[in-house]
Amino acid sequence: MTCTSRGARQRLLALSSRQHIEARWGSLGRLPGHRCLRGPETGMAMLKGRIGATGNAFHLGEMTLTRASVALDDGTVGHGWVRGRDHRHAELIALADAVAQHAAWQEALETQVLAPLADELAARQRRDAATAAATRVDFFTLVRGE
Amino acid sequence: MYVAVKGGEQAIARAHRWLADRRRGDRERPELEVAQIGDQLRLAVDRVMSEASLYDPELAALAFKQASGDLTEAVFLLRAYRTTLPRLAVSEPLDTAGMRIERRISATYKDVPGGQILGPTYDYTHRLLDFLQLAGAEVPPAETRDDVTDAEPCPQILELLNDEGLVEQAIDDGSEPMDITRDPPDYPMDRAARLQMLARGDEGYLLALGYSTQRGYGRNHPFAGEIRLGQVEVEIHVDEWDETICVGEIALSECQMINQFGGSREAAPQFTRGYGLAFGHNERKTMAMALVDRALRAEELGEPISGPAQQAEFVLAHADSVDASGFVSHLKLPHYVDFQSELDLLRRLRREHAARQAELDSARDTASPQPEER
Repeated sequence: MTCTSRGARQRLLALSSRQHIEARWGSLGRLPGHRCLRGPETGMAMLKGRIGATGNAFHLGEMTLTRASVALDDGTVGHGWVRGRDHRHAELIALADAVAQHAAWQEALETQVLAPLADELAARQRRDAATAAATRVDFFTLVRGE
Repeated sequence: MYVAVKGGEQAIARAHRWLADRRRGDRERPELEVAQIGDQLRLAVDRVMSEASLYDPELAALAFKQASGDLTEAVFLLRAYRTTLPRLAVSEPLDTAGMRIERRISATYKDVPGGQILGPTYDYTHRLLDFLQLAGAEVPPAETRDDVTDAEPCPQILELLNDEGLVEQAIDDGSEPMDITRDPPDYPMDRAARLQMLARGDEGYLLALGYSTQRGYGRNHPFAGEIRLGQVEVEIHVDEWDETICVGEIALSECQMINQFGGSREAAPQFTRGYGLAFGHNERKTMAMALVDRALRAEELGEPISGPAQQAEFVLAHADSVDASGFVSHLKLPHYVDFQSELDLLRRLRREHAARQAELDSARDTASPQPEER
């Protein structure tokens, strides 16, 4: 079983839709109870760009951001952040962060939630790339004899 | 001078109710959903996010609906909402080289790694009204290219094709940018602060100023070196973790303009650059922004300042549509006392004018030769 790192898990869950996560979450069965330590709460992140893409940083503008921190009944703490204002999405990411710290849940989380979500994300990104590629210009004047 | 004016509450309440009724329109037709706006009027949504300086497609769509499609009003609504939120984090600089490309073109190099990708563009359309849309015709789905398994890397063209050093390089010196939302703008302003102001600037205003440079008011000979649109992952620092974390993706537009030469006794001549970056699909905005960014570098590059687009304080102080429409709109507020004092002044001036005129007339009468008596 491959073990998704904490950062990779946060990324995967933030890039997946809440509906997709919820659809997989049920398959984990009965999870330990939890309470919210902080949030879920919505605020903003200031986004930086770079002058000319590689130069000095500048402030581009802000985006909405939601964070949540949860504690399982045994005290294990998990954190989650996600773009936008979806409280449940942030809470699910925080829950996954906490649950992943338990050997008993780790494997189920990997195989029943994270792996299928990673497949879905990869498929979506492949589809996007294939759609963009269909609009790629083939300059026929550049075709050289082969 | 403003004074509190009481009254009109009922008129105001009824005006707002009429506004809501107008906005809802014919009840025989289904009400426009916010999700439909986000889905089908996405360029309006992107413009609202960009000028409000807050990335949230759903709220921008809501603002657009609430404003009955008035973009300036929608920008104002979203900007006002922004002030209610705390800032939780600051991102790492967005890595546009790692963008999942939806569109990427260059007008300066034809054959580039990753290719020229047109994406969902209005370019090359004939600008003829499409009456099929009036008839509600079915729209076929986008085509895909099935031999593509993964997105080909699309490096930044200006970085890639610069072995000879012909194009000015943008190098990070690690300086922390000013934030105009925390510190009030102070002139002269550095390029990072200027770009923050241009990024939220009104598109029409920037377009007009960019156009003015092309027509000769601060000419800088631009080429669209690269334009790219697509999705970029956002990474933030949080206290709880050592490494930065990805919290999602946002759509961005970027324009790298290449402009005519700069150089000095020490530095050989090379192409200079202008830069535009905006939320969502906002290509025209980023092109205009890059033109104006370059124009505002006139002093730095030792160029004569001859056009309005090169005057930083003029350009930047008037770029924000929330500021501009606020100050113009305030003229609608009651100025009864103010105007009354002007009336009094004007009446006095006219009385004085009449008195002077009468004095002149009588002086002329005495000075003029009397008719001879016979």
